[in-house]
Amino acid sequence: MTSSLSTDLVLILPEIILAAGAMALLVLGAFRGEGSAGLVRFGAFGLLIAVLILTACAGTGEKVLGFNDMLVVDGFGSFMKVLVLIGALVAIPMSVDFFRRAATDRFEYPVLILLATVGMMLMISANDLITLYVGLELQSLALYVLAAFLRDDVRSTEAGLKYFVLGALSSGMLLYGCSLIYGFSGTTNFTDLAAGIASLEGQGAGIGLVVGIVFLVAGLAFKVSAVPFHMWTPDVYEGSPTPVTAFFAAAPKVAAMALFLRALTVPFGEIAAQWQQIIIFVSIASMLLGAFAAIGQTNMKRLLAYSSIGHVGYALVGLAAGGEEGIRGVLVYMAIYLVMTLGTFGVLLVMRKDGKAVETIQDFAGLGRSHPWLAFVMAAFMFSLAGIPPLAGFFAKFYVFISAIEQGLYVLSVIGMLASVVSAFYYLRVVKIMYFDAPEGAPLELPFPLASRVVVGVTGFLTVLYFVVPAPLVTAAGAAAKTLLP
Amino acid sequence: MEIGLGHYLTVAAILFVIGVFGIFLNRKNVIIILMSVELILLAVNINLVAFSSFLGDLAGQVFALLILTVAAGEAAIGLAILVIYIRNRGTIAVEDINLMKG
Repeated sequence: MTSSLSTDLVLILPEIILAAGAMALLVLGAFRGEGSAGLVRFGAFGLLIAVLILTACAGTGEKVLGFNDMLVVDGFGSFMKVLVLIGALVAIPMSVDFFRRAATDRFEYPVLILLATVGMMLMISANDLITLYVGLELQSLALYVLAAFLRDDVRSTEAGLKYFVLGALSSGMLLYGCSLIYGFSGTTNFTDLAAGIASLEGQGAGIGLVVGIVFLVAGLAFKVSAVPFHMWTPDVYEGSPTPVTAFFAAAPKVAAMALFLRALTVPFGEIAAQWQQIIIFVSIASMLLGAFAAIGQTNMKRLLAYSSIGHVGYALVGLAAGGEEGIRGVLVYMAIYLVMTLGTFGVLLVMRKDGKAVETIQDFAGLGRSHPWLAFVMAAFMFSLAGIPPLAGFFAKFYVFISAIEQGLYVLSVIGMLASVVSAFYYLRVVKIMYFDAPEGAPLELPFPLASRVVVGVTGFLTVLYFVVPAPLVTAAGAAAKTLLP
Repeated sequence: MEIGLGHYLTVAAILFVIGVFGIFLNRKNVIIILMSVELILLAVNINLVAFSSFLGDLAGQVFALLILTVAAGEAAIGLAILVIYIRNRGTIAVEDINLMKG
């Protein structure tokens, strides 16, 4: 296919708009000084809405390659990009109240969110190891700064430092894997890699290539915070400002999971037997650690960090199963996970105690009596995260486990379901504390910032009533999964 | 003795391992961690350039140039985070970075 520069540029129009907009807003903020935070935030919000509409409506979902096959735009990419954009869109208004109270209402926050989003969209579209790396780094560099955004706060800067050191190490491992894959196959392009591996005709890949894939998987497992590369997650989630944690738990995880799916199924789909074992191990380890390590936690953000490790494990069950069914399961899982996570963090951002943001689980005590509606929504999120029907979280788990059982991965499915039973313990503990424990200390204040209220309302509505019309999401995910596979 | 691809890969592998151990075994200073990260990235670059030369394919060298560029940005951000951290804590000893654990 001959491609000219203009058709290529149209292909990544959303990314170009976001990148150019982010730079324009940065210049605007730099010239107008401190008072420009509101204007920049408004501009960033508008840009994200425009790009969201553009991404959702553009294209027929067919696979189109551009820039000498370095980028790919397809239905799978559009689906994941829409999820990422929703996560970024919510992160901006949700932060306003928090940062105003922390006296850090700075214009850099929306700009960094925009740049991270551009990086995530490039990751999702990557069809080449070089694009993969550049997109990943654009995302990561912005996220390191966001973690340390409260720069006078010791815990926030420590979170940033830890995230940076471990993130740089994981990038190094990922790159080492990329260099081995390049050396032993002679190309960095996913399409060429797939063709080269198909020409092996079932002999299996050489040892050099397999070692490369292992390093690549290690780097990607770090980015989705799967065990054994999860150690940064609880610390970074606890230390970062809560709106930033909400963003971390939502958008980058979806983008990294999309990259994980594409980087394994497109180039190395033919030799799935050689990496499937690794994914099964990572998945089981993540589910078990997510279930057991969260039990003793007292900090809500730490608990949610372990919970997110567990959820990555469940999503990886779908990748281990593979095929259209499995990938569809992962896509549905990530969509529902995004909604539940944003809602839970929305509840955290709605409440304050002693003039500080709510952090410990005990702070929720008595919420059931003082604010029954909020407690009801929070309980719905907790039941949904635990995977109890008829809430959305049940369907997410249902689709991945069904695909695993159809592929005969019985051990994996059984361990997964047992882990989800164990994890129900700590989710239900939060519900118990909300409804049955007596409140201690200062009463909860609910400043109810409008943005967080809207987020909690909408996500709560979707979580509770998802079972009424589950079809649109599943159909869209199925169509998206179809375009990923050859 | 002819210097072949294997020699370059061995050097790169040794540098990579030194870098990883530098991150995990070092208990003194975060700056040493930054140096170890650079070491890892340069090991990757040696790998890529060696492969590129032996395969007669330019993609590896393009990749290496991009890694150099990104590594510069990464070092800048790492040092910036280190500066705000030392302002708050007054120390950058690795053992002291322990406010959060559990």
